[in-house]
Parts: sequence; C-alpha cells; structure tokens
Amino acid sequence: MKSETNTQQNQSFTLNMGPQHPSTHGVLQVILEMDGEYVLDPQPVLGYIHRMHEKMGESRPCRKFLPNTGRMDYVCALPFNHGYVGLIERAAGIEVPPRAEYIRVITSELNRVASHLLWLGAFLLDLGAFTPIMYSFDDREQILDILEEITGSRLTYCYFRPGGVYQDISDKFIEGTRAFIKRMRSRFSIYEKLVATNIIFIKRAEGVGVISPDMARRYGVTGPLLRGSGISYDIRKQEPYSVYSDFDFDVPVGENGDSLDRYKVRVQEMEQSLRIIEQALDKLPEGPYLGKAPKKIKLPPGDSSFSVEAARGELAYYLVGDGSEIPYRLKIRVPSYSNLSVLPELGRGILLADLVTIMGSFDLVIPEIDR
Amino acid sequence: MEITSFLPPDIIRMIVSAVVIISFVFLNAMVMTYAERKLAGHFQRRPGPMEVGSHGLLQVIVDGLKLIGKQLILPKDVDRPLFRLAPLLAFIPVVLPFIVIPFSEKLQVADLNIGLIFILAISSLNGMAVLIAGWSSNNKYSLFGALRSVAQNIAYEIPILLVVLTVALMANTFSLKGLVEAQSGMWFILLQPVAFIIYFIAGLAETNRAPFDLSEAESELTAGFHTEYSGMGFSLFFLGEYANMFVVCSIATILFLGGWHGIPLPFLEYTGVFWFLLKVYALLFVMIWCRWTYPRVRFDQLMNLAWKYLIPFSLVNFIITAIVLVIVKL
Amino acid sequence: MSGYFSEILTGGKSLLVGLGVTFKAMLQPVVTVQYPREKTDVTSSNYRGHIELVRNPETGSFKCIACGLCAKACPSECITVKSEKREGVKGKVLTVFQLDFTKCSLCGSCVEACNKGAIRFSQDYNIAGFTKEEFHYDLLKRLEEMG
Ligand code: SF4
Ligand code: SF4
Repeated sequence: MKSETNTQQNQSFTLNMGPQHPSTHGVLQVILEMDGEYVLDPQPVLGYIHRMHEKMGESRPCRKFLPNTGRMDYVCALPFNHGYVGLIERAAGIEVPPRAEYIRVITSELNRVASHLLWLGAFLLDLGAFTPIMYSFDDREQILDILEEITGSRLTYCYFRPGGVYQDISDKFIEGTRAFIKRMRSRFSIYEKLVATNIIFIKRAEGVGVISPDMARRYGVTGPLLRGSGISYDIRKQEPYSVYSDFDFDVPVGENGDSLDRYKVRVQEMEQSLRIIEQALDKLPEGPYLGKAPKKIKLPPGDSSFSVEAARGELAYYLVGDGSEIPYRLKIRVPSYSNLSVLPELGRGILLADLVTIMGSFDLVIPEIDR
Repeated sequence: MEITSFLPPDIIRMIVSAVVIISFVFLNAMVMTYAERKLAGHFQRRPGPMEVGSHGLLQVIVDGLKLIGKQLILPKDVDRPLFRLAPLLAFIPVVLPFIVIPFSEKLQVADLNIGLIFILAISSLNGMAVLIAGWSSNNKYSLFGALRSVAQNIAYEIPILLVVLTVALMANTFSLKGLVEAQSGMWFILLQPVAFIIYFIAGLAETNRAPFDLSEAESELTAGFHTEYSGMGFSLFFLGEYANMFVVCSIATILFLGGWHGIPLPFLEYTGVFWFLLKVYALLFVMIWCRWTYPRVRFDQLMNLAWKYLIPFSLVNFIITAIVLVIVKL
Repeated sequence: MSGYFSEILTGGKSLLVGLGVTFKAMLQPVVTVQYPREKTDVTSSNYRGHIELVRNPETGSFKCIACGLCAKACPSECITVKSEKREGVKGKVLTVFQLDFTKCSLCGSCVEACNKGAIRFSQDYNIAGFTKEEFHYDLLKRLEEMG
C-alpha cells in the first residue's frame, strides 16, 4: 500500500475507482478517501469524455447541431433532440403541427422506457445480480426495433427537426408500439418477483443513499432522484411542453429518498410512460408531420430557454441569439451533472458497497455530464 | 480405490488414487464450467456457449488451452514468492478432501475415523490462500477481497461446525462412511431440515459463491483477490473454486442426503457412485441457480446473517437434538 | 422478536419466488439471435445505413444533378460533390460523389436537403474494416457496380 498516509486520527488511504471500473458505467473516475471498507470522501473526477458540444453549438448553424444532441445522452437521445428543437422553435417562432407533437411524445416516452430499462439492468448488475439485465435488454430490444422502424437508428437518434419530425410514423410502428405496451405490462410482474420483492435487494437498497428533500433542493437534483425524495417535480407536469398537458398521467413520488424509492419511482414511471403512449396513440391527429420552417433559421437577438424532462431529470437548453443563424451562446443544463454533485456529501462514511449502490441508483450517463 | 487393494504395495494404490482424484478434479471443473455457462445462459434466455463443438461442448477445452497458453503476468511490486504460492495453495487443500469422500460403499481412498474433521480442517486452509493472494498482489482491491473472504470464512465456519456436530451426534461417528451408513434407513434431511438449510447457506458463503461472492465482487472490487492473476494462476483459483463447491456439496450429500443410498442397482458397492454424483450435481445445480438469480449481499449483512440468524439457529438446533437424543436413549 | 421470524419467512419466500422466475426462464426458448449465423428481419426500409445514390429508372444513371445542396447541409462536411460541364447536356454532370463515412452521423440532413430525391440511405449494416480509408466511399462507383 504505497499511498497509505497517516492522518491525525486514523489511517486512511486513497482508492482510485475508475475510469476503468465495472460499476462506474463509462469513464467516470471517483477518487475515494477510505478508512478500511468505509468511504470517507468520494470525489468524482470529470472530463474524460469531454467533446465540447456546447462550443460546437456556438460555431455552426442550429440545424447542424441537431445530430450532436443525440450524442450527449446516448441512452435517452430523443428528449435531448426534443429540447433542442423545442428551443429553436421557441426562439425563432416556428409552428409545429399537432401530429408532429404527438409523434414526438410517443417516441420520447418510448425512449424513456428504454432508458429506464437499461438502468434497471445496470443497477442490478451493480448489486451483483446478473440476470435482470438480460431480461431488461430483451424488453429494450423491442423498443429499439420499434424506434428503428421510424427513426432509422437504434441508439443515437436524430429524428426531430425544427417544425416537426423527420418522417411520418407507419402503421407497423403503431402496431409494434401497441404490442410492446401489452408485452411490457406483463413483464412488470417478473421484475417485481425477481427484484423488487427480493429480500437481498431490499436490504441492499433500503435506507442507502438517502437524499433528503432539502439536500435535493440545495444541489439542484432533478428527475427520479428528486421524485424519489418525495418532491413531485416533473417538467411534463410543472411546465408542460409539447402536448403533455393533453394526457392524463401521474407523477410517482417516493417517501424516503433512498435507493429503493428511486427504483420504485423509475418502475412506476415506466408504467406512466406506457399510459401516455397509449393515450397519444388513441388521440393521434391526422395532418402533416413536418410544419413550415425556413431552411436557414435566423435566431433573433435575445435569449430563450427550453426545458424538457429527460429520463434522468430536467434538461434545459439556454440560447442567446444575435440575429444570425449561429447561436451566440448555447448552454446545456444536463441532469446527471447536478445529480452526481450530491455524491461527495452522500458518500461520506458509507461502505464501499453502498457507494456502488448509490452510483447505480443515480443512473449516471457520463457523456452527458462531460458533454 | 478399493479395486486396487489386491495390489500388494500401498504405494501403487496411493498413486492410482492420486491420479484418479486429480483428473476427477479437472474433469469436475470442466463439467462445472460448461454447466455453469450453459445454465447461466438459459436462466437469462441466452443459448450460452454455442460456437466451439456442438452446443459449445469443446469451449471449455479451448478455454483451458487458452489459459495455459497465456503469459503469467507478474505485476510490478508484488511479493513474488507469495504471489506464485497462492494459487497452488488454493488448489491443494481442495484436492485433499477427495481422499476421504466415500463415492460409494467401496469407492473411497481412505476411511479416516475423523474424516469429517479432516475435511473441515483442510478446507479452512483455503482462506489462507485467498489471504496470501490478496496480500501479495499489492493491489488495494485484491486486499479488500482477501480481507472480506477471511472474515467471511471465519464467520461461516461456526454454523457449519455446529451443524456438522449435530449430525455427527445423531450418527455417533465422524467417519464419513459411518455417517452414510447411519442413513440407510432414513436420510438426515428429513430429521434435520433446518440443519440442512443452514449448512447449504453457510456452504454457499464458505465457497464464496454468489450471493456471497464478496471476495470477488465484480461491481465493487473488479475481481477481488484474483484481480492481478492471469493465465494458469487464475485458472488454479478457478479449479479450486469448483472443486471446493464439489466438496461442500458432497459433504451435504453425505450428511443429509444419504450419500450413495438410492434405488438399488446391481453391484451397489460400486454403482452407488451414480446416486452419489446425482445428488451432488443436483446440489451444485441449485448453487448455480442461486448465483444467477440473486443480487449480492453487503458485507455487514453477510456477517449479520451468520451471527444473528445462522449461529443461533444452529445452536438451538444442536441443543434440541442433543436433548432429544438423550431422551430417546433413556 | 416476531419481526425477526416474519422477516425470515417473507425473506425466504421472496428468495424462492426469485428462483421460480429464473427457473421458468430456463425452460423458455432462448431469445438470442445467433448473428451472423442467423439474421433478424428488423432492418426496416427506413434503416439508416450510409447514404447511396439513387438511380433514375429512365436513364439508368444517377438522378443527382450535382447541385451540392446535400454537401452544404451536412453538418460534418463528409460529402464531396464535383461536376463538369458537358457538351449537349443541360446543366452540370456529376463526376465525383464521395462520402467520408467516418465522419457521418447519419443525421439525414443530406437526404432531406436533396430535392431531387437523388440520395437515400442504404440498408448496409454489415460494415467493418481495418483502415479509415475503407470508409471513404465512392458512391458513384458503387452505383455503377450495383449494375
Ligand atoms: S447523414 Fe448527415 S452527416 Fe451523414 S452525410 Fe448526410 S448530412 Fe452528412
Ligand atoms: S444528391 Fe441531391 S442535393 Fe446532393 S448534389 Fe445531388 S442533387 Fe444535389
């Protein structure tokens, strides 16, 4: 143990977790100050996959930035698409036909379910259960097939366009989605039996990583983490964008703010997403899927912002225009960044195994944090 | 083996046995690796290995060759002698118990009258190997794994001992053969179901199998105590793990499932081995099944389970058994 | 104390239920597709492979009029279009149409930008190579080779 150092009270040492570690999911590095198995001070190190997306957004016309949005959070790309096109539409005053909005909601929600499914598997993998991830990937694969049918890609979607979407949805898509909803509803009981009621899982997740409502507010935590702490805050309800106000859905909240609550909130969110998709499919209006939008979008001087609820929390785009095609400033507020910032406070004096649980329950996507 | 007992010198008998045992250990590891991968696949609705040979049957051999062919990486700053010694030390103690295991009435190398104690003593050496591996690797993750493993082994040896004592009390012998013979009427699992469950749980923990695989907890410690090992060093640990599982399950079979007893076959003295292996592999199947179903427990929970649940239960079970035996004898 | 025993019971039951789930899964058929031995049919007509030129059914040649709109619309500048004037032909004639697929993000801007419908996404997904240059596609040559 080379880096062993003597502090006044106890012998602590540094443990380097990541950027290559099975449970940091990507290239996050966490430097842990440890005392035996106890973590004294976890410090995340960011920037291993920084690609300066924001700067790219400030150096090219806004249409050309679209493919970048899907690559920040590759697990849940469509809401990132959505936020950006929403921003441009708001800034440049572009109308979106209702059918396009419905298609956006359907595909975004499908993407959210896919993202939560991936998280479910990865979280359980962090806890040492190898099987749930295979089941959830099986389900997720169905969504990818459905989305591939209309977006053409399976992961880094670039499907939304200012003023609408890239192409219309087909009957095959609608059928596939309805079949998926039916299938997914029957699968929840499997996860319930295999995971949610399992005593080992409950023992591992209950009371671990409790984020109090106050702490959540202080750090700007959003998404399922915030809702797990009992604060009912969901952009889809709070400031409904797109056509979310047309649908009847609940915002699930937890009670204790521990990892178990975060698990429950996400599973319930999947059910709610299925409800939204079902309603949207029923109400799907006829009409064009792509409205009128100029080829060259001029961004009027002044600033505008647009927030959407991505799978991990509030995603906000902020833009300052100067009358040209190229944004003067583009700022992206990604949910995982704020969510991760709780870790140093939350991870003090806990076991290493709990730290892994907590990080798993955060559903971190590192490329989104580093951008 | 008893077959060879007509050969005059005992030496030959010992050599033959040693060869048979070691090849059995390797064969067992191969069967288990294949079974584990195949079963894991099917539990997860995957086909498992499929490419090498029909249904991937030759995969294990190819993997073995690959492991043998691999470079033995000796990381910088490791404690060389200890680092080399640890895999061997992990392998030897799991081979020794095979000497006393009665595969059938006549298939046993040596029937020690303290066979049970012998096995328990030898298998606790395994913890030593893990500790040495973790310590000499000079890697914090390895050390964590090793420390966890030692604490775990100590905690779980107590319930195992208590349970084993209970059964020994009933059979009134420590000889494994004697234990099996005592069950010719009724298997002890029917008389001691609690003891069996305790033994099985503690056995899972003793062999570092999921959900108690804390010493190699992949998502926490990358690979735990064998993080730094490659090639044959790694595969000896691997062989050791599977052989250890086999030993634990065969003790369970001997203590609770009536050893070689079963529906009588011709030449029962030898063919009892069929029933014995059937029972052992059934238990091993359950072990694999558990591994691919459950999440891993946390370290303090593991200790809690031992001290708060298993030890009190086995103690009470032991006392009750003793009292009942006294009353029955009176 | 009653909590102690009830926890053992509920916990034990949950563990058995979990085993039941995996056991059932074991008996169900596998869902893996053994690529490349088997292939799925999910590749829908909308699948986005790299772009390719579309043939004009009347002339049997490309539709592209070398206007360069696609190259201009591409965010990563991966399309190179070159053309020349030819005697007797109205407008420009395409001589080079290259795609640097290493930079392409499959965003679809080029397909959208072309108002002649002269490019579309191919259905190729079995692409792999050892060098960067293997992904510099000469789409004109590709169209000719496709016969
Ligand atoms: S798909 Fe997008 S990135 Fe690729 S060539 Fe077309 S415009 Fe360029
Ligand atoms: S492909 Fe279409 S947009 Fe591109 S140069 Fe040809 S005609 Fe113009």
